[in-house]
Amino acid sequence: MPLIKDGRIVEDDWTHVPDGEDVPADRPAIISFERWQAERASFEGRNAALGVRVKSGTLAPAIAPDLERFALVAIEFPKFRDGRGFSTARELRERYGFAGEIRAVGHFIPDQYQFAVRTGFTSAEAPANTNPESWARALTEITVAFQPSLDDPQPLSLLRRRLGA
Amino acid sequence: MNHIAPGRNAGVYNYDEIDRRFVAERVEQFRAQVARRLSGELTEEEFKPLRLMNGLYLQLHAYMLRVAVPYGVLTSRQMRKLADIGRKYDKGYGHFTTRQNLQFNWIKLEETPEILNELAEVDMHALQTSGNCVRNVTTDQFVGAAKDEVVDGRVYAEILRQWTTLHPEFTYLPRKFKIAIMGSEKDRAAIRIHDVGVFAKRNEQGEIGFAFYAGGGLGRSPFIGKLIREWVAEEDFVAYLEAILRVYNQYGRRDNIYKARIKILVHELGQEKFTAEVEEEFARLRGPKYRLAPEIVAEIRRRFGGPSFEELPPVSAALEQAKAGNEAFARWVAVNVTEHKAPGYAVATISLKPAGGIPGDATSEQMELVADLADQYSAGEIRVSHAQNLVLAHVKQDDLFALWTALEGAGLGTANVGLIGDIIACPGLDYCALANARSIPLAQAISARFADPARQQLIGELGIKISGCINACGHHHVGAIGILGVDKKGVEFYQITIGGDPTLTTAIGDILGPAVTEDEAVDAIEAIVEVYLANRHDGESFLATLKRVGHGPFKERVYAAD
Repeated sequence: MPLIKDGRIVEDDWTHVPDGEDVPADRPAIISFERWQAERASFEGRNAALGVRVKSGTLAPAIAPDLERFALVAIEFPKFRDGRGFSTARELRERYGFAGEIRAVGHFIPDQYQFAVRTGFTSAEAPANTNPESWARALTEITVAFQPSLDDPQPLSLLRRRLGA
Repeated sequence: MNHIAPGRNAGVYNYDEIDRRFVAERVEQFRAQVARRLSGELTEEEFKPLRLMNGLYLQLHAYMLRVAVPYGVLTSRQMRKLADIGRKYDKGYGHFTTRQNLQFNWIKLEETPEILNELAEVDMHALQTSGNCVRNVTTDQFVGAAKDEVVDGRVYAEILRQWTTLHPEFTYLPRKFKIAIMGSEKDRAAIRIHDVGVFAKRNEQGEIGFAFYAGGGLGRSPFIGKLIREWVAEEDFVAYLEAILRVYNQYGRRDNIYKARIKILVHELGQEKFTAEVEEEFARLRGPKYRLAPEIVAEIRRRFGGPSFEELPPVSAALEQAKAGNEAFARWVAVNVTEHKAPGYAVATISLKPAGGIPGDATSEQMELVADLADQYSAGEIRVSHAQNLVLAHVKQDDLFALWTALEGAGLGTANVGLIGDIIACPGLDYCALANARSIPLAQAISARFADPARQQLIGELGIKISGCINACGHHHVGAIGILGVDKKGVEFYQITIGGDPTLTTAIGDILGPAVTEDEAVDAIEAIVEVYLANRHDGESFLATLKRVGHGPFKERVYAAD
């Protein structure tokens, strides 16, 4: 799956490991939150980076106690219309101070990409046949925002401000 | 784009270059989304919420475009543009809605970007008039003019409009989210039937603050909004709403569309638990980032135009004279005209409910006439009421007769505001894909039955509200008389409720008995009215009489023939 970062397709260093399959010890791997809960002891002493994949119903407070063990949180969108992930990302950043990568996975469309960036996501997985132009344009087509956000932390100010520079 | 500047005297928020750029970018974004849908890059499922958030809705026979009228206030130039669009892209009319917006019911998908472009010329758009996002914020149609006003809700409604526009966290909510705000002693915005109702007020020091109600809503499970906080200080206004929405976005149900509104969350968690969750989030959010500083409020307030009032005697001799000489005019003044805060001025409501007409419909010519009259008599400003009427809010009492004469000449002089002919009705099965029954023909039949204005005045204030299905867009639950269209094996029937109340003393009406046919419904309404008239004490409202005598006499009379 093409990985989108900063509006373009980039190399993905991470591997999703399905439940039941061996987790490679020597490179970054993403496991499910359920597996983490069941097998957490087995990851003691692991050197390579570990990421966790959470379903949209798993909210930030559930993963917060273990956050320091993860370099990446992948938030699943079962349907793109399920917007819980935007709150989860924001809570991970603002409430729990998570500084690692937050990735949107599952059914996620370019039209949501700017919202994701503004709520604290750093990357998104796109379908294989995706149109890279749509992702690039998603970050530039709207240049005005009315709220403070993760990429623009100033107070409400005049409620509307220019995005980017 | 040819930009047309708004009139300076109208009480609307004046856009600047940044606001305009935003709307223009949004039009281009939608144009690209339409192209991506046509090329197949976006599936229909993916395109649907995107078009909904641009106000484009697929109905039974065609696309409908719902244009946002922020808090129901329009300039005459904006009204002329709507008339023009109605003529050019629709069938020469538009339909004013219970959310103070305007709908065009016969729109072509491929023409939509062009229409949005034309709207942008007059600082209008169709953003967030549909979809699972925060919708257009509504308020009292007499805002800024009413004598009993404590706080001008427009400023706060505009702050909410801006804050909710493309909110990155709250654009894919479990379900639509409607906020109403009012700042007068009398609730003219039905705030307790909204997802969030805001009651703006002042404390003893004169500071502005807000009471918050949450979890109200009609539809198949009607709930009355619960008071969750008595006082939110002005600087916490945005933070508190942000907290409510964050709790809702995370915990609102997404497994069943009929249980996804915030009212179900409030109900299932219980008022206390829900409030505790909001308070916890609010305690975290409160702080410099979300603080609504007084300078921001002052700046938004400054950007509102508004008329300056002449010093006039409180009673107009010309008005008294005209009333004495013309009975129909005197009735219109008694029924459709309300007190203004400025001496010598009045608030005039233009009924869009002529006997036998379609509630809320206006032709392009009527819109243009109202725009002209607004320029001539009311600072170039027009309001849309949630009862689907239009309001000229700043008319000199001296001018009322001339205004009425012009309205009368165009079939807009109906004197029935708040009376039995002032029926609220959803579009129903004539347009809507969700409806079980038609609403409009029944509204027409009832208003024709009670066409006599003297009889309407004698009956007094009495709201009839009609919904063509359980989604309750016609607010039938809170009508003094409510009518719900139901489908019984392919035949349209109507279920009657009585005792609903949309004001702060909100009440859901009770079902009177078995559903009736369309013809029977008109007779039933007449029977209910007769029972009321026979039983009422002097000056007693329908609800007061009903409370005193109970349902018995009404039920007995309506179902007497069975």
